[in-house]
Amino acid sequence: MITAKNTLPIKERLLELYSLHSDAIKGQSTPLSNRLRSNALSIFKEKGFPTSHLEAWRYSSLDHLLQTEYAFDFSNQSRSLEIESIFTCDVYDLDTFSVTLLNGWFVYKHAPLTRLSNGTIIGSLAKAMEVYPELIDKYLGKAAKIEDSELAALNTAFMQDGLFIYVPEHVKVEKPIQLINIVYSDTPVFLQPRHLIIADKHSELTLVHCDHSLTHKVSFTNTVLELFTEEGAIVNHYKIQNKGRNSALVTSNYFYQKQNSRLYSSIVTLNGGFTKNIIDATLSQPGCHSDHSGLYLADHNQHVDNQLFLDHAAPDCTSEQLFKGIVDDQARSVFSGKILVRRDAQRTRAYQNNKNLLLSDDARANTQPHLEIYADDVKCSHGATVGQLDPEAMFYLRSRGLCEKTARQLMMYAFAVEVINKINIQPLTLRLDHMVEKRLRGELSICDQCMIHCNSLEPTTFSIDLSKI
Amino acid sequence: MLSIKNLQVSIDGQTILKQFNLEVKAGEIHAIMGPNGTGKSTLASVIAGRDLFQVDSGEITYEGKNLFDMAPEERAREGIFLGFQYPVEIPGVSMANFMRTAMNEKRKHFGMEPLSGAEFLKIMEQKKKLVDIHSNLTNRAVNEGFSGGEKKKNEIFQMALLDPKLAILDETDSGLDIDALKIVANGVNKLRRKDNATIVITHYQRLLEHIIPDYVHVLFDGRIVKSGDKELAKQLESKGYEWIKKEILV
Repeated sequence: MITAKNTLPIKERLLELYSLHSDAIKGQSTPLSNRLRSNALSIFKEKGFPTSHLEAWRYSSLDHLLQTEYAFDFSNQSRSLEIESIFTCDVYDLDTFSVTLLNGWFVYKHAPLTRLSNGTIIGSLAKAMEVYPELIDKYLGKAAKIEDSELAALNTAFMQDGLFIYVPEHVKVEKPIQLINIVYSDTPVFLQPRHLIIADKHSELTLVHCDHSLTHKVSFTNTVLELFTEEGAIVNHYKIQNKGRNSALVTSNYFYQKQNSRLYSSIVTLNGGFTKNIIDATLSQPGCHSDHSGLYLADHNQHVDNQLFLDHAAPDCTSEQLFKGIVDDQARSVFSGKILVRRDAQRTRAYQNNKNLLLSDDARANTQPHLEIYADDVKCSHGATVGQLDPEAMFYLRSRGLCEKTARQLMMYAFAVEVINKINIQPLTLRLDHMVEKRLRGELSICDQCMIHCNSLEPTTFSIDLSKI
Repeated sequence: MLSIKNLQVSIDGQTILKQFNLEVKAGEIHAIMGPNGTGKSTLASVIAGRDLFQVDSGEITYEGKNLFDMAPEERAREGIFLGFQYPVEIPGVSMANFMRTAMNEKRKHFGMEPLSGAEFLKIMEQKKKLVDIHSNLTNRAVNEGFSGGEKKKNEIFQMALLDPKLAILDETDSGLDIDALKIVANGVNKLRRKDNATIVITHYQRLLEHIIPDYVHVLFDGRIVKSGDKELAKQLESKGYEWIKKEILV
């Protein structure tokens, strides 16, 4: 039940908004995209938001997040904003091609799309729909599974803007591309950014995707990312999430891999109210490697859910999943990892591991490994641990003169660093190292990078209480 | 330096050490020998401050202070070092970071400034040379993937860096080939001074050919049943522990 007065339930409200604003929403989309859109809308109309009756949402209910009266925005209000006035990325020495989305909309001073000399196209998805309809029609919506995902369907119905990247064949993009995704609003906002990343044959791309909120207000972000790695392409996809405690962030990542392509994805969740990362990777042709790692640090009432589905649809592919988390207070973490090995996917190697450190009696971690194997020559393994710090190791450190607190910090840091080390951009690794250390000491705030200096009355420093282990 | 009087220790209601007495003075090397399961490692753990054990009665004073009033880290900073029988692997923590933290915590304890990175590296290289360790242990995570010999050498290296007053080496010789054994023994001998002491816990006499003890104690059934000099170790080697057992029963 929606309690806010004079409002329809959010699903009905969205449907009404769609019919009122369909011209703005459709914008310059291609006819094919618009057919996709109306198909997606009818799926959402039929299914609505996911409920906790669904297996994928059993431990991660959205109900309380859908009670808010959200504001929606169907036109780009912020494209020429001076983004530096509200936010700067303070990763020292990180040399990237940086683009910013503010409340789901591309911010640009000059051109909405940039074409690098090597042919790489970077920019606004809304503009790309206009300028590169053939690429859009070839890829958009081809990886996202709107039949199976209510939120992906909703996003597809309403998609307007987001990041678009196309890397041509044999091009290695030297600098990482950094997407800074900022939520900044005085009113609760409901955002649906849509990203489309295409790495054509034998190309290489590193994408750093940072999610920040510069607001303590409630926000709901329903993101869909589709990433295609064509034959022989190599893509690193790093996500850093440092959001306010009233933010809800659901990201559905659809990765579609072709022959001999390699994907390395890492998600570091430092803060957030409700965070759910859905990873759906299809290894569609032989020789693919798909590597997924994640680190989450959750305390207070934070909720972090990582849900993975690795579809081994072709022979001789490998995949790895490593997700680690530290959970304190009443926080909760959920991990579910499914590996599907189809009948033809012989010689599959697929490994999965989820490790959780629980620091309080009320902290909870749910972990569900799931293997479904139809081929016979397969090596798969999964492991899950929920535990506390190893007392033998603690004693070893203390016997060398380290006090209990230092020993714990060192061990927790060591626990976390395995995931950080998977990131192969050194300045970013160093910065994350530092952020994780700060986070573990309870000194990391979402306000760190904000230039607004709003003197918020509600400090958002989270701390993991070390004395409770 | 260390004085243990009438110590009785148990775990889960089972008594492991009883009526245990030991006096260790500066400059001395004591060897504690005995069959498996007689309480040798328990003794080492209790001195270092492992909380798995229940101290039922007795006292341990270290440099005049009641050891039981001190947390494990305080004991370490005050100069007690335990060389572990089974050094723990700690993935993700580099040896250099660990040792620098440990040395600086000790310095802080004595009101000294922390070592800079460069100062620490210099000391580390000196100590590596001192104990004849040439391998690159220091860039790796603590004991992770180390061979048995490397782990034990690493204990000696840590001992060299922390420069303890009282070192307790718990079965540091077990599982070592002769070359590794010589490196370990050499380290102990080089670190020996008039103002520090060592307790070597061992099952075999082998190590005591390289580290010459001033006293040899035989631990049996939770207490010291016989003490002597290095000749006692040789007797044990030739006659075995059965000889002692018979002697006690008589």
